[in-house]
Amino acid sequence: MAVALILLVIALGSVVFHWLSPWWWTPIASNWHYIDTTLIITFWITGIAFVAVVGFLAWCVYRYRHRPGQKAHYEPENKRLELWLTAATALGVAAMLAPGLFVWSQFVTVPRDATEIEVVGRQWQWSYRLPGKDGRLGTSDVRLISDGNPLGLNPDDPAGHDDVVVENDDLHLPVGRPVKVLLRAVDVLHDFYVPEFRAKMDMIPGSVTYFWFTPIRTGRFEALCAELCGTGHPMMRGGVQVQTEAEYQAWLQGQQTFAQLAAR
Amino acid sequence: MGEAVHPANTAIPHDHAEEVELYHPHSWWTRYVFSQDAKVIGVQYSLTAIGIGLVALVLSWLMRLQLGFPGTFDFIDPPAYYQFITMHGMIMVVYLLTALFLGGFGNYLIPLMLGARDMVFPYVNMLSYWVYVLAVLVLVASFFAPGGPTGAGWTLYPPQAILSGTPGGQDWGIILMLLSLALFIIGFTMGGLNYVVTVLQARTRGMTLMRMPLTIWGIFTATVMALLAFPALFVGAVMMLLDRLLGTSFFMPSLVEMGQQLKYGGGSPILFQHLFWFFGHPEVYIVALPAFGIVSDLIATHARRNIFGYRMMVWAIVAIGALSFVVWAHHMYVSGMNPYFGFFFATTTLIIAIPTAIKVYNWLLTLWRGDIHLNVPMLFALGFIVTFVNGGLTGLFLGNVVVDVPLSDTMFVVAHFHMVMGVAPIMVIYGGIYHWYPKITGRMLDETMGKIHFWVTFLGAYLIFFPMHYLGLLGVPRRYHDIGQAAFVPDSAHTLNAFISVVALVVGAAQMLFLFNLAWSLRRGRQAGPNPWGATTLEWQTPETPPGHGNFGPELPVVHRWAYDYSVPGAARDFIPQNEPDPAGRAA
Repeated sequence: MAVALILLVIALGSVVFHWLSPWWWTPIASNWHYIDTTLIITFWITGIAFVAVVGFLAWCVYRYRHRPGQKAHYEPENKRLELWLTAATALGVAAMLAPGLFVWSQFVTVPRDATEIEVVGRQWQWSYRLPGKDGRLGTSDVRLISDGNPLGLNPDDPAGHDDVVVENDDLHLPVGRPVKVLLRAVDVLHDFYVPEFRAKMDMIPGSVTYFWFTPIRTGRFEALCAELCGTGHPMMRGGVQVQTEAEYQAWLQGQQTFAQLAAR
Repeated sequence: MGEAVHPANTAIPHDHAEEVELYHPHSWWTRYVFSQDAKVIGVQYSLTAIGIGLVALVLSWLMRLQLGFPGTFDFIDPPAYYQFITMHGMIMVVYLLTALFLGGFGNYLIPLMLGARDMVFPYVNMLSYWVYVLAVLVLVASFFAPGGPTGAGWTLYPPQAILSGTPGGQDWGIILMLLSLALFIIGFTMGGLNYVVTVLQARTRGMTLMRMPLTIWGIFTATVMALLAFPALFVGAVMMLLDRLLGTSFFMPSLVEMGQQLKYGGGSPILFQHLFWFFGHPEVYIVALPAFGIVSDLIATHARRNIFGYRMMVWAIVAIGALSFVVWAHHMYVSGMNPYFGFFFATTTLIIAIPTAIKVYNWLLTLWRGDIHLNVPMLFALGFIVTFVNGGLTGLFLGNVVVDVPLSDTMFVVAHFHMVMGVAPIMVIYGGIYHWYPKITGRMLDETMGKIHFWVTFLGAYLIFFPMHYLGLLGVPRRYHDIGQAAFVPDSAHTLNAFISVVALVVGAAQMLFLFNLAWSLRRGRQAGPNPWGATTLEWQTPETPPGHGNFGPELPVVHRWAYDYSVPGAARDFIPQNEPDPAGRAA
């Protein structure tokens, strides 16, 4: 009796906790509200399944608890019931997977007009690179990294000369324009993680990875590292400032290009 | 009836395999220390695993102290914290759960439940245990080595695992960790081959595969999986050792560490992740499948009801085992691998939910219309169902690739995997110990202590891990020594962290009551008799309790029925042991 009651409290209490909990995701600042929608669908389906299963468990424990004279029913199989349950489960799974894959196909399809920018991770700080007037990022190689060339840009690549290198500052982005974030690491794995953007991806030394998003509101958002990268991992903080086009251009004018840095 | 389920398998072969002389112990040393008796080896494995598990428990206390009360404990600095979480994770997954389920329960139960005298290779079986002990000793040694144990996270991702920014990366820590893993795998392979051959070759007459208890199906399938999965970790560990010691570049690209160009070049960090998770995902089921099997038997026995849908349960175990080899990259959705892999791995991952759900339904339908005795093993089985369903459902978030993107590397993941492969299997381990302790020692564990232990552990663990999901939803990343100030983390999240830590201390303390019960009941427990639960399987039908070397008397038992003849209509008792012939004289 008490056991059944406790199980019921767990089932219903979990739902109540879900609705009353003050801990929920931060307001979104990117185009990935579809991700939030898929998450909500998943909450509904799994929530119903959880309450149904634990509720039924509680009922069984109450109804079929041992009492004098209680005898179990002997029934090794019930093919129809098993088939029915399997089909219902498959349906629920499909209802989560279909929207999930649909949104994933958007996630991996970068729009043609996305601006390529670069985030570089190292123990334990972030650097950024924005394309110059030509709209393209130049090539780079970890082996070219030196004091005067912290990101290892290729000095022989003319496309890189006008690239804007940002160190010890926030990443600035204009609002409403899709960006493809190219990710590089120079030492170990890192992960550029801004909770408000929902998207994230590891950066791997030796490879260039990416994700894309469109910032939809202005403001400053904190960036954290989401892949364990050594003892300084929690201290690896940065910021992203999403600005109006005019503000962004004004900021951009004050930045130094790779050519200017190299000339010093 | 049993026969109706397996019409083709009713005949008992008449040929009698010749008995092999066992190596009987000659002294205290060969009886209790260098024993070749699978039952003794099983107990040795279990006690060693519980011993090293206590280290992991203390480490979890220390990390929770830091997370709940950051800045209070000076000795838990970032390197120490990362060492604690790494060793906690590695010990729990490999040295405790794997060793306890396969080495502990596997050794004790496989020969007994199948009606065998012992494992088929008893000497190799003994070696398996001692190599495991060696692996544990090497692991423990890393705590005392210069620089301490590795702090690379239990996933040991290179390049950081072998670089100086990580504790133990340029010291002894990572070397000892990799050596210990290699030893563990060598030891496990000796035991694992033994379990597989024993299941396939040493079953007594009449014990067809489709009459085996689900415990054996779970352990058998998990062992086959482990034999296929552990080699991936083994080669990964050897390659990383070569990278670290000889300067090869399997996993190391050109890189610049703290402004210094290193001599590595051309390797692939992500290759290690594939090797690791090709082991790591099956590993989840290597732990889960024995738990599935054992909990099925606990539920059937203590609900006095046949397991519902036995054949479906067997096929679900086999299907989960097979599918679990094609889902590994769902741990790597945001690793930077080709994003198109996401479509494939999300689909396979969600498909695996179907056989898993079937198992849950069949446990519920076994309880349904049962005669549920709410004793301690049954309570733990109920606790398993709740925590496993909870953890399994949150797996549907993380398996569905696009939902994983915001949640991965957050506390949501920590909460999920602790619920599903920490709390749930440990519930089954406890249930199993309360269930089989009477056979192992001849005495019952104290029921009152058992119930207190259950409620504190079950409710406490739920209070720890259920709210933790919401920290992850909030965006709190995992593996943070201190979240510090972040605009999206409200003060209430710190309060929640403190609450979780306090509950964790209490739950940890409750485990001491369990250990006390183990020791106390050894002498003072109620005499159990041969079959205190009225169970059908062969280990309860031994002539002696605890069973002697060779398990059964002069004649091995002959099996006439499946393992789940509980509450058969018309039978005199509410259970019919597997070795009881059919009274009607039908060809059993």
